[in-house]
Amino acid sequence: MADYLPHTPDEVGQMLSFLGMDSLEQLFAHIPAAVRVSQGLDLLEGMSEPDVAAVFRQYTSANLAQATEMTCFAGAGVYDHEVPAVVKMLAGRSEFVTAYTPYQPEVAQGVLQAIFEYQTLISRLSGLPIPNASLYDAATALVEALNMAHGANARQKMVISTGVHPHWRAVAKTFAIGTGHEIVEVGLKDGVTDWGSVDASNAAAIVAAYPNYLGVMEDMTSAKEMALAHDALFILGADPVAAGVLKTAGQWGADVFIGEGQPFGTPLAFGGPFLGLFACSNDQVRRLPGRIVGETVDSNQRRSFVTTLRAREQDIRREKATSNVCTNQTLMAVTAAIQLGWLGTFGLREVAIRCAQGAHYLHDELMKIDGVTTVSSQPFFREFAIRLTSNASSVLKSMADDGVLGGVAVAALTFGDDSSIAHDIENVLLVTVTERRTKEEIDRYVEVLRKAVGE
Amino acid sequence: MTKRAQPGGRAASAPLLGHGTEPTLFELSVPGRSSYQLRTTGVPATTFEQLVPLVHRNPDVVAIAEVSERDLVGHFTRLSHRQFAVDLGMYPLGSCTMKYNPKFCDAIAADPGLNTVHPGAPAALTQGWLELLTTLEARLCAITGMAGATLQPAAGAAGELTGLLLMRAFHSANGDARKRILIPDSAHGTNPASVTLGGYEVTTIPSNDRGLVDLEKLKAALGPDVAGIMLTNPNTLGLFEEEITEIATAVHDVGGLLYYDGANLNAILGVVRPGDMGFDIVHMNLHKTFATPHGGGGPGAGPVAVSKRLLDFLPGPKATRLDDGSFDWVKPVQSIGRVHGWHGNAMVLARALAYIDVHGGDGLTRVAQYAVLNANWLRHRLRETLPAAHDRVCMHECVLTASTLKTKYGVRGLDVAKALLEEGFHSPTVYFPLIVEEALMFEPTETESLQTLEALAEALERIAQRAINDPEALRHAPQTTPVSRVDEARAARHLIPTEDAADRS
Repeated sequence: MADYLPHTPDEVGQMLSFLGMDSLEQLFAHIPAAVRVSQGLDLLEGMSEPDVAAVFRQYTSANLAQATEMTCFAGAGVYDHEVPAVVKMLAGRSEFVTAYTPYQPEVAQGVLQAIFEYQTLISRLSGLPIPNASLYDAATALVEALNMAHGANARQKMVISTGVHPHWRAVAKTFAIGTGHEIVEVGLKDGVTDWGSVDASNAAAIVAAYPNYLGVMEDMTSAKEMALAHDALFILGADPVAAGVLKTAGQWGADVFIGEGQPFGTPLAFGGPFLGLFACSNDQVRRLPGRIVGETVDSNQRRSFVTTLRAREQDIRREKATSNVCTNQTLMAVTAAIQLGWLGTFGLREVAIRCAQGAHYLHDELMKIDGVTTVSSQPFFREFAIRLTSNASSVLKSMADDGVLGGVAVAALTFGDDSSIAHDIENVLLVTVTERRTKEEIDRYVEVLRKAVGE
Repeated sequence: MTKRAQPGGRAASAPLLGHGTEPTLFELSVPGRSSYQLRTTGVPATTFEQLVPLVHRNPDVVAIAEVSERDLVGHFTRLSHRQFAVDLGMYPLGSCTMKYNPKFCDAIAADPGLNTVHPGAPAALTQGWLELLTTLEARLCAITGMAGATLQPAAGAAGELTGLLLMRAFHSANGDARKRILIPDSAHGTNPASVTLGGYEVTTIPSNDRGLVDLEKLKAALGPDVAGIMLTNPNTLGLFEEEITEIATAVHDVGGLLYYDGANLNAILGVVRPGDMGFDIVHMNLHKTFATPHGGGGPGAGPVAVSKRLLDFLPGPKATRLDDGSFDWVKPVQSIGRVHGWHGNAMVLARALAYIDVHGGDGLTRVAQYAVLNANWLRHRLRETLPAAHDRVCMHECVLTASTLKTKYGVRGLDVAKALLEEGFHSPTVYFPLIVEEALMFEPTETESLQTLEALAEALERIAQRAINDPEALRHAPQTTPVSRVDEARAARHLIPTEDAADRS
């Protein structure tokens, strides 16, 4: 009998007799017999841990795209960054891992202070004063930002650049079914948002990404001007690693910053759990979604931290809450604080610049291959899109045979056509380079792609 | 029994060291220090100016912190010493199911074969992950009695909203615009908040004097504009809704759907399945029922399982087994779309599958049995000290009340909860459900021993004695924890969410 239950048969007997019962079944006697499970659950018998581990080895051996086995050039918001032993060990401390939401601040100062430090870092990287304690991921952060915009001006029209990650947009569209928001997508021209093509009158929000999902650094001046002209909120999704060197969301005039925090110490993890980054201007503080930690003092005047502005939250405001978020991604936020502490002011800059150096070196080498062209002529940062003469997914599969995960096929992200790519979206490949990739690995990428496209 | 008590839970007080304030990461920072070490790559060192046009450059350096690795380790280790956790002691927080988190499941999730896989890699290169996800889906359906599930929702509240959107899609497909969702007055706060975001209005159904849904009042509230009802069963009082079949029939009769809030699923594993009770949509909190660690407030995972008639609406793309035995991402025909940036909180999903497979059907049934046994033992053990709001057989949790202590000695439920921290136990959930005066909601879970339960009961008896002898001191508890009661009003009145908003002079 494999499980984690401490009860001995003797103790079960004692406890039942204390309750005046003689079988466990009596505890459930009040449940109508008609709905009871009669034959047990249709599951296997329990197995020991080593037996379950053996089953899991079948799953892991069928995952060919392990970054430890296949050199990773895939990005699309999820990056293979260095996560050192010290970060893994600190973030893996069971006091952080096995705690609940910090409802009792007297015994939760560890998590609360770590979140306060995380909030400080997100505020600095976003250039906005009011961060929250995390959301599920960037996509749900976008949904919360749209709800905030609706709360601010009671309008429903959300004008979103297709430079915003296709998955984030997809999630926003799903949740718009409930809120009734009208999502208006703005296409890209040469990788840059064609703001002139859209009527933004009566918009609740203008949403852009920086760099956009194709890696292009767009000048955000026109997006901001459009938001100002229509009195809409300007929501900017930004790469938090690039935020170490590029202009911050605040510097571009954004009212809300959202982002994907996975690059700060979280592994690729097949897409989750990740970390939804969120910060906003002072004007929006009463509409902030999720939790926020604030500094205060205890009854002995010692510095303390506590979740605050609780009157916005679902357990108090119920149907009038600013959001339904309860559980968030605290452990990833704590991890981000530790990873950023390890990188420090200059480490983060170094990582950002090295990513850009690697990406530019690879891009320039790829442009020498016949049949490989660029999707945008505009400046990119650490990721770029290339156009092949054949299906990008097939090319990826053949590169995988040579041990290289060559990127992410854009059509696999969009599940069909998308106005971010003018034509033949199935031939477009998104490629990234992180600070972990050596020149040797990049040169090998070039060789393997050359072979895959049959040059 | 009492004499043999070994207070396992009390061991928790020892690690909470240090009553001095821990400096912030920023206060530890000294210009010129660093910790990071990166790979030597040989990539040409193009200058920043060549890489980034002027208009995009941040004119300022964004300050993070500058600390040595030694200081980093010291800082976060000391912070961890100021934090209670399941691994330190009993965490009887009602409705949260803070059971022991098996280390094996964490080790499974740390395997590079799972956690170094990029979510955007082609399905052909991630077959193991797709098989794992479809296997988990099948297990969750077997446990809940449903036909299919989405694993995308990142937590319970995300699952609730997903479920409401499924409800809306179902009714819309039938050309049926409905407006209202019924919710009992004992419901979790996420329920009504999700209803609003799902575009519906809330109608609250009162509980009867037995703490259950008032069937007559429910029937009176039903009508053709009702989209459905959200219920948790057992409810938040820890009581099983005995008239569930009648409730289901009444709601189905007006064309409504039944939504099961899986927060309390731990009580009924292998005992009764939501599908058999008539529910159409079920969300599960894997971080509760299936013991994935809660991480100080997340990550969780909130898969949603549905009955056959809702299968086509499930979020997608969804990992699916094809006829040739391989796996691919497939979008259900009338899918509501994505509800997560990728495929859900995959590492949490993997842990939950490992937990389910270790237990099997027989083990999961024991989980529910012993969770219910522990809650009833505690309820009965404390009947003189803190009587239950409804003193009859409960499920996995019991709602006790401190109303007598309040009337007689002016000691509130909150004071009892705070004093319990001094005893080395985490507090129960206080003032919830809202319909019970001075509520203290205890969920001991199945992984706590009889000895720990006894130690908890004795601690509560000591607190009740203190309420008689020195109520004033209780109102200032706890004093032995890293900080004492904090000034919450000040935190809200003068918001300091960052180091930069704080006055450090």
